[in-house]
Amino acid sequence: MTFEEINNRAKSEWQALQKGSYILVGTATCGRAAGALDVVDAFGKEMKRRGLEVPIIQVGCIGLCHAEPLVTISKPDSLRVVYHNVTQEIVPRLVEGYVAGDDPCLELALGTLEGDGEETVYIPELSRFERELRLILRRCGYIDPENINHYIVNGGYSGLEKALNMSPEKIIGELKKSGLRGRGGAGFPTHQKWELCRKARNIPKYVICNADEGDPGAFMDRVVLESDPQQVIEGMIIAGYAIGAEQGYIYVRAEYPLAIERIQIALEQAKELGFLGDNILGSDFGFHIEIAAGAGAFVSGEETALMAAIEGKMSTPRPRPPYPAESGLWGRPTLLNNVKTFANVPLITERGGDWFASIGTEGSKGTAVFTLAGKVANSGLTEVPMGTTLRQLVYDIGGGITEDKLFKAVQIGGPSGGCLAESLLDIPIDYDSLREAGSMMGSGGMIVMDEDNCMVDAARFFLDFSTKESCGKCTMCRLGTVQMLHILEDITAGRGKIGDIDLLLELAEDVKVGSLCGLGKTAPNPVLTTLRYFKDEYGAHILEKCCPARVCPELTVYYILPDKCDRACEHCILTCPTEAIKGDKGEVKIIDQEKCSKCGTCLEVCPLEYDAVVKLSPVSSLPSLKLSERKSKK
Amino acid sequence: MVTEEQVDQVIAEIFRSYGKDRKNLVPLLQAIQVKLGYLPKEAMKGIASFLEIPEVEVWGVATFYNQFRFVPLGKYHTTVCMGTACHLARGRLILEAVERELDIKVGQTAEDGIFSLERVACIGCCMLAPVIVIKDRIYPKMTPFKVEEALVSYKQEAKRELKE
Repeated sequence: MTFEEINNRAKSEWQALQKGSYILVGTATCGRAAGALDVVDAFGKEMKRRGLEVPIIQVGCIGLCHAEPLVTISKPDSLRVVYHNVTQEIVPRLVEGYVAGDDPCLELALGTLEGDGEETVYIPELSRFERELRLILRRCGYIDPENINHYIVNGGYSGLEKALNMSPEKIIGELKKSGLRGRGGAGFPTHQKWELCRKARNIPKYVICNADEGDPGAFMDRVVLESDPQQVIEGMIIAGYAIGAEQGYIYVRAEYPLAIERIQIALEQAKELGFLGDNILGSDFGFHIEIAAGAGAFVSGEETALMAAIEGKMSTPRPRPPYPAESGLWGRPTLLNNVKTFANVPLITERGGDWFASIGTEGSKGTAVFTLAGKVANSGLTEVPMGTTLRQLVYDIGGGITEDKLFKAVQIGGPSGGCLAESLLDIPIDYDSLREAGSMMGSGGMIVMDEDNCMVDAARFFLDFSTKESCGKCTMCRLGTVQMLHILEDITAGRGKIGDIDLLLELAEDVKVGSLCGLGKTAPNPVLTTLRYFKDEYGAHILEKCCPARVCPELTVYYILPDKCDRACEHCILTCPTEAIKGDKGEVKIIDQEKCSKCGTCLEVCPLEYDAVVKLSPVSSLPSLKLSERKSKK
Repeated sequence: MVTEEQVDQVIAEIFRSYGKDRKNLVPLLQAIQVKLGYLPKEAMKGIASFLEIPEVEVWGVATFYNQFRFVPLGKYHTTVCMGTACHLARGRLILEAVERELDIKVGQTAEDGIFSLERVACIGCCMLAPVIVIKDRIYPKMTPFKVEEALVSYKQEAKRELKE
């Protein structure tokens, strides 16, 4: 089939769908966790009961994770309405109201769905979409990721079709003009990698897509692969054509079973239509893609370690040079890019490098995809032009901090990144500004912290992660990080000493210099940035044995305020898992600090009208209560 | 636990669909774990002779990656997410509560084989933090109290089945 025929077939399938009503349910992993599959079942049952035949299409994620499960009901010549936090119980109401009838159930709606996947879909009622610019997310949550025709109709594979009529040099030239930099975090200019691979003489060459997204709190690549996998495949095929490779691998972490399943389906469908295989779209060019499933090692995200993993070895990095472009997988020239880098390629090929370069800042072109999580109201996924400020991201798109708490920090780039303070909220998001601030773009995970989070504890958390995930090859990464961790553990446990901070700084420098790969080189970043922006918190821990956020268990105690506690209520006594709370009827309740496991259940169950349980830090601030006071009446 | 004959049977079956390339080592380990739930020693020895590589290399690779287990999982495998968002939402307390309730530590399987416990770095459901997963079902926004509630139903189910 020619591309035109494929395109026409896809178009007629799509138009037939648009003629009737249909229902979209977001069933990416985030939707499933919120119960989307139960919602799909409930729709199926309700339709059957009413004898309706309306297609239910499982789509990916539109990025509004806080509102999942999301359901869109589309009707010809009528509004496409999006419903949020849908449960099985309200499905019959939606079916009766808007599928069978004409009542759009606006009280349950989040807004309407406008636009199409060729440009972008958006919900005009939500102001965050004014800030966003969706390029690689533009079809996510709108098309069926398991139906290649949905992709083709919404602009898919026209980049490849165009690329096959261009010379490889021209494609790389467009990439150069676009200014695209690697979306994996380090920001290496993409065209340079391609150019080097193109010039390498050794054959065969390989293309690898790095989908080993290991940063805790980051799930951009997962969403892209679960919602619109074809764009990544298309990008890889174009890369293969440009550098002269015939074989590609997608290295996906095993923790993403749904992504693996959807890539598998996408690969089969692409093969069937002749986008993969020999003689792609009737040309002389052939390209094949295999999936390599990771086995759970954070260090595999590093390019040389990743290639070792595909070769079936222990995933440890090796010194560079030689760079993968000269000697990579099985010693052959290898092009290795991140999921989002490949996803940008079809658009750049189709619309041109100049168009792409018109978006973003001087040094960072295009868009940035971020996941927002932590203490932010609208957690989820977003895509904004480079240069958007952190404040816009946290407040305009993220909706600010939950429960009206005070903003404290934003952590970008996972265990390799840094914690940035409020004074930095107005810096633009681009590779260079973030690096200057001591953080890095990373793959795009952004975690918001509020006044209840302890920065020393946060640094300890990230370092603990890096220590566990260090592959053990380099001494400083294996042992230096452990020493740093021990110091942080001491500080958070109230055993901190004057001089610890200097020692931390010194060790951090050694670990950076003494490690081969990015894991070790960046592992001290969370410690360094918290020391830079939150030094007073370290001081409070070390000098006053006080955790200002009242997080560190050894520095915190729970206390029941005698004048607030209702003597007749026994909520805390009954629920305390270690039976640490004593107090008969008419007595003030007292927590036995020896027995207390500091689980916080008492604080959680104490009825709001009393609000009698408080956390105190330092431990020495705990008032001592005389026995005679226990009997006092309220 | 599975018997040696069962292991032999399973690996012979799996070997049939793989070539002897070194790059198949990880996929083979994964396939066996999917089938048996863990990697018995005999299975790893079997892979070594199939791929014609030293046993220690199979062992080295298998112990390097977090995914592989060398003891069978419990009937209700419980995973506690310790990703950043869960940590900030006091995930440590949740882990402690699960350990207390099940009376096992991370990485262990209870003696009766009913529960096993594991911590993971992030399951990517950050908006539901803190989360635990019991036998593939995700429990969102946990508190120590809710942990107790969630586990009680599984404990009762296990008891009921034991009686039957």
